[in-house]
Amino acid sequence: MSEPLLTVEHLSMRFGGLIAVNDVSFIAEKRRITSIIGPNGAGKTTVFNCLTGFYKPTVGRLVLAGAEKEHYLERMDDFRIGQVAGVARTFQNIRLFPAMSVLENLLVAQHNKLMRASGWSVLGLFGVPSYRRAEGAAVELGRYWLEKINLIDRADEPAGDLPYGDQRRLEIARAMCTEPQILCLDEPAAGLNPRETADLNGLLRFIRDDSGVGVLLIEHDMSMVMEISDHIVVLDYGQKIAEGDPESVRSNPDVIRAYLGDDEENDDIDAEAIGDRQ
Amino acid sequence: MEYFVQQLINGLALGSIYGLIAIGYTMVYGIIGMINFAHGDIFMVGAFGALIVIVGLGAVGFGGAGVLIILALLAAMLIAAVYGWALERVAYRPLRGSFRLAALISAIGMSIFLQNFVQLSQGARVKPLQPMVEGGFVVMEKGNFAVTLSYLQIIIVVTTVVLMAGFSLLIAKTPIGRTQRACEQDMKMASLLGLDVNRTISLTFVMGAALAAVAGMMFLLYYGVIDFFIGFLVGIKAFTAAVLGGIGSLPGAMLGGLLIGLIETFWSGYFTVEYKDVAAFAILVLVLIFRPTGLLGRPEVEKV
Repeated sequence: MSEPLLTVEHLSMRFGGLIAVNDVSFIAEKRRITSIIGPNGAGKTTVFNCLTGFYKPTVGRLVLAGAEKEHYLERMDDFRIGQVAGVARTFQNIRLFPAMSVLENLLVAQHNKLMRASGWSVLGLFGVPSYRRAEGAAVELGRYWLEKINLIDRADEPAGDLPYGDQRRLEIARAMCTEPQILCLDEPAAGLNPRETADLNGLLRFIRDDSGVGVLLIEHDMSMVMEISDHIVVLDYGQKIAEGDPESVRSNPDVIRAYLGDDEENDDIDAEAIGDRQ
Repeated sequence: MEYFVQQLINGLALGSIYGLIAIGYTMVYGIIGMINFAHGDIFMVGAFGALIVIVGLGAVGFGGAGVLIILALLAAMLIAAVYGWALERVAYRPLRGSFRLAALISAIGMSIFLQNFVQLSQGARVKPLQPMVEGGFVVMEKGNFAVTLSYLQIIIVVTTVVLMAGFSLLIAKTPIGRTQRACEQDMKMASLLGLDVNRTISLTFVMGAALAAVAGMMFLLYYGVIDFFIGFLVGIKAFTAAVLGGIGSLPGAMLGGLLIGLIETFWSGYFTVEYKDVAAFAILVLVLIFRPTGLLGRPEVEKV
């Protein structure tokens, strides 16, 4: 059952004197939703940024088990991380291509395979059959995901005109169109109403069960995290303080302390730490 | 009336040349947000490349003006494309991610370098070319004033229209165009989706340079003389055209080019030839004051 997909070993990220992530290790598996939670500033997004090549980690190893070989993400150029290793990501703020149509947003994500088929667009201009086929397949995959997120009717509208919740799901669909190994979602439920969150949960479950990718999730909405996660990693001040299934994490005293503060111990450092978090 | 029509024809031909160059400015601005001030000199290099090929092939007795022009055009596009690629690779890519002014200063430096390079290697004197395309139609005639539409003007306008149509199609329909638009809108995200941003930027420079070389070739045929300094004035006018049309907008660059060409010829036709450059640059000032986004440009939206 257990298929380790992403192995994070001793990841540390330092910005000058600030240690954003300190010696964090965890494993994300295929066909599972792994959530990273923690108070604001715990280093969750930094972990994502290291995974997707925005930052080069100070220390640590990020191994992604690919189909043929292992990829060491910390050594790869950022565009190759998406292209070769198959890491797809969404952001806290929406980063669609707003002036392009909904469908085009999904086609851009399949650019590399189209590029190969189109002979660098030269053949494409002349309508060569192999290119036509590739383009047809790309559109097909795009439509498949548009149906999954119920946006098939709005395929030709500019992505920027969609309502917020739809843009969120379109972003996830776009990430899936890159045919990734692992899907990294940074607060996908932020700003969604309960109904939209429920839709999102459905989509994430579908992705987990049907497409066989691993999902890595950062989220503040605890009810959502507890509902759909298979595995939870808790960070606080850049350190991993707990890990396990939702039930064990919920009842873990360290986690409760990190989120609620500790009333029992009143030594100076703790009081200061709690003060910082308010 | 006849005089007006003649000026209109001349203006459209000149405007086509400006429009072709303006596309290079606008595309580069669209994708990396810098004004490539060396683009005018790429145009000049293209014109020189065409001249060298025409004179060289002519010297070995290669006949046929039509074939010669097409060969020279392709060679000029290739030469300019190599220069454009090298320019980006050497002068701009190492500065990407540093402050904006750095690339701008580098561009001005490359502009001076290219001018001096051509001056040294080709000599400072103006280079004449025998007219290669002669003749034309008389569109209308009144008294002793005949409105003529030369074959060369037809070639210029038709080539421009065809190139621009093809180019718009390339941007709108093909994966390359899609990549370019994606990089323009969100470069970091494009890179995360596996698009090779550096290659896309290089390609943008190459395409802009190739179009500028076409303009250079047209300029050479139209005026019959070039020197190492033509890129400066023509380049800045094409830049004005790009700003007038709305920098970053492709149709804007084409429209702006035509307008600048028309304004310039009408000004020289009805007022004074000496002040035609003043007219063109007064437009630049007015646009920057009253409509900084240009005619077809979108106001810059804050990226979040």
